[in-house]
Amino acid sequence: MLRVENLTKRFDGLVAVSELDFDIIKGEILAIIGPNGAGKSTVFNLITGTLPPSSGRVVMEDQDITGLKPYQIASRGISRTFQTTSLFDQLRVIDNLMIGYKYRTRLGFWNTLLHTPRWKAHQKESFEQSMETLKFLGLEKKSDQFVPALSQEEQKRLAIGIALVSRPKILLLDEPTGGLIQEETDRVTRLIRSVRDQGTTVCIIEHKMQMIMGLADRIVVLNYGEKIAEGPPSEVKSDETVIRAYLGEEVHA
Amino acid sequence: MFTKPIHTKLLYLVILAAALLLPWYVPDAYIFQIVTTSLIYGVAAAGMNLVLGYTGQVTLAHGAFFGIGAYGVSIMTKAGVSFWLALPLSALFASFIGLLIGLLTLRTRGAYFAIATLCFGVILWIVAGNWVELTGGHNGIFGIPRPSPVPVPFLGSIEFFTQTSIYYLTLALLIIVLFALHRLVYSVFGLTFMAVRNNEPLADAVGINTFATKLVSFVAGNFIAGLAGGMYAVMMGAVSPSAAGYMLTFNFLIFVILGGMATLPGPIIGAFAIPVLMEFLQFMKDFRMLIFGALLILVIIYFPQGFVGGLRRLNQKIASWRQQKIPES
Amino acid sequence: MDLFLQQVFNGIMFGSTYAIVALGLTLVMGILHIPNFAHGHLYMLGGYFMYFFALTLGLGYWPGVALAVVALAAAGVIMERFVYRPLNDQPHINSFIAAVGSLLFLESFALVVWGPQGLRIPNPHPQLVYFLGVTMSVQRLVVITGAIVLITGLHLFMKKTILGTTIEAVAQNREGAMLAGINVNRVSAMTFAISAGTAAVAASLISPIFMLSPAMGAILGMKAFVIVILGGMGSIPGAILGGYILGLIEALGGGYISAEYKDVFAFGALILILAIKPTGLFGKGEV
Repeated sequence: MLRVENLTKRFDGLVAVSELDFDIIKGEILAIIGPNGAGKSTVFNLITGTLPPSSGRVVMEDQDITGLKPYQIASRGISRTFQTTSLFDQLRVIDNLMIGYKYRTRLGFWNTLLHTPRWKAHQKESFEQSMETLKFLGLEKKSDQFVPALSQEEQKRLAIGIALVSRPKILLLDEPTGGLIQEETDRVTRLIRSVRDQGTTVCIIEHKMQMIMGLADRIVVLNYGEKIAEGPPSEVKSDETVIRAYLGEEVHA
Repeated sequence: MFTKPIHTKLLYLVILAAALLLPWYVPDAYIFQIVTTSLIYGVAAAGMNLVLGYTGQVTLAHGAFFGIGAYGVSIMTKAGVSFWLALPLSALFASFIGLLIGLLTLRTRGAYFAIATLCFGVILWIVAGNWVELTGGHNGIFGIPRPSPVPVPFLGSIEFFTQTSIYYLTLALLIIVLFALHRLVYSVFGLTFMAVRNNEPLADAVGINTFATKLVSFVAGNFIAGLAGGMYAVMMGAVSPSAAGYMLTFNFLIFVILGGMATLPGPIIGAFAIPVLMEFLQFMKDFRMLIFGALLILVIIYFPQGFVGGLRRLNQKIASWRQQKIPES
Repeated sequence: MDLFLQQVFNGIMFGSTYAIVALGLTLVMGILHIPNFAHGHLYMLGGYFMYFFALTLGLGYWPGVALAVVALAAAGVIMERFVYRPLNDQPHINSFIAAVGSLLFLESFALVVWGPQGLRIPNPHPQLVYFLGVTMSVQRLVVITGAIVLITGLHLFMKKTILGTTIEAVAQNREGAMLAGINVNRVSAMTFAISAGTAAVAASLISPIFMLSPAMGAILGMKAFVIVILGGMGSIPGAILGGYILGLIEALGGGYISAEYKDVFAFGALILILAIKPTGLFGKGEV
């Protein structure tokens, strides 16, 4: 469904991602793992157009989307979350979701100013879709609250919701359970699984090994910007190079 | 979804009635002039608030776009164009220049945008003072004609010779602008402005064209500034470079911040309360900006949402205090 | 030819002032990422303080300059502590607005204390020197030499002293410096002191040639911004070079093309350059 071909990113001579190839297959949960500084978040930034790649291509459903702006890539059905929980923290919960749904509507300047029938229909639609997503997230009671009033786990859920409300084809999650305790991690993991069960393809960056082994269908392992292994969790777990990369990290840490 | 409590609506109705009846209880022509000027400044400040408050872009060229509107109406009406055509044309011209400046400067972020717009504001002010053939130089333009009468079927026509009629015209403009802003702000479209202000990378990532959003906000804000400037020219009957100056921008900024950034009533309250305060402080003439400069700093540190934001916070405190009290009793 | 040389000489003199003022601004912007819109007004205040110490108190020119620098350094510290530090964690636009508040405050402060009319400071070095057909007053030469001394001194300070290198470290990586145990607040206050103090030097040197007025800081402050953005934020060589270039362009442009519109060139160039490169000519970061 989404194919990354030969993707390379250099920062001032430093190679962050090097000739990376992988596919995201429709309906799966693909995990990208690797030690700190392996270039995982950079891969997301390259796919979503936040950073321009030095070379290589990103192809979505046979269309080259390399070099498009982030908002254009989002409107192709690729949504993402950020590593540090990124929300519209001056606004209410429901507003956050309606902003996430905006590109699916034609709620532009003139329609809004003139309150056209289309405006009414789309305004209603985005409210309903947002409420539905809130129910799915288990946050429907919090819809009128402001973001800072939410707990950390609720904020993580909301961040997923902002990306999910527009019904993307692919959802890219950057450490969605970072900073959460075990119990909360389990709940968010269940949420991610039900996202996939509803038909959204998921690509996830994670650090928590145990959680990812139970969740992912396939795993891509990065080290120093290069792919060192790819396959189902059982295979990756026993892969020599992977173990060495992770052991190496522990020694350095 | 966005309904207001009933007592707020009532309050607005009372204010509207007071505004409509104003000519009956304010006989003093001087005060009347101040009130009309405040209405015009209120319109301009409301436009600045759209860019500054809701979209989070510190535009320091608002006075310049006000000036484009003012000079546009002056030059066109002196050349024989009807005011009713000159006003929208001038506002359109202001928003067109705004589009060009926005295209040039809105790719910059934060302070760079503020500086670039301030530079444009000063350029326009210099041009207004020196392009004698077009703007009359430092003396400006005098003898701007009043709007021509508007024919009304069966009733004759509305004429605009008196201060009172200009007052009602300005009041109508303010109400229309606020109505339009209310529609924009309380909608998903308005939320995109706030999304850009609050978290631009996230807005970008969820499919919002942030550059276009900022541009729409800037162009609309400058259209409103142009309208206000045009009204100002016709009310005063004259313009000079001070109607396009950067001091005017700073005045608008004071109205918006002290009144309440990113609130609809805030800039209007600021535009009314501050000129009135200045009149009271007339005896300390030079001290006034000393006070308002310091106030601007204090308010932005302690009440970033100004007077209206402070009121809202007070209201919430009272509400939560009441809620706590009920179970006890 | 004489006119040309005369304009070049004037350009270098104006450029000296621009370079010093831009230097102070680039330090503050590089370190704190605060666009201190009031920087030009600190310069203006420096001129008035010099007037106060040298003439009102009758202490003489050079003691007046020294005291003005000290007073402005203190003003810079106060500004950092009470205007900008409380806004550290708030949205950036709040500190821009506080900066506008400060400039309004400072301008009307000068207006209230010293009045709106220009104040003339008797030239402490009125002697004239003739060289290559160019007439130079000694005071103008003092401006040029003073700038060179100040710039060299500041360079040595930044490179050779611990405080100087600390300031550079904070400019490069604020969080890192904080983790390394550097008291960032103290560094910020020091930077403001240096920034305001150097502005006072510039104002003190040039004000005997021109008049003091409350409005003299506004346009100069904006030009300093133009220089800093074009020269790269936080870049000291960029500010110095940019200052001299702008001084020369203005002197030649104003002398040969149009005196009324000379400021339009600089501000227009800024808008165009930002349109092409939104982070400035040599800019890397954002504010």
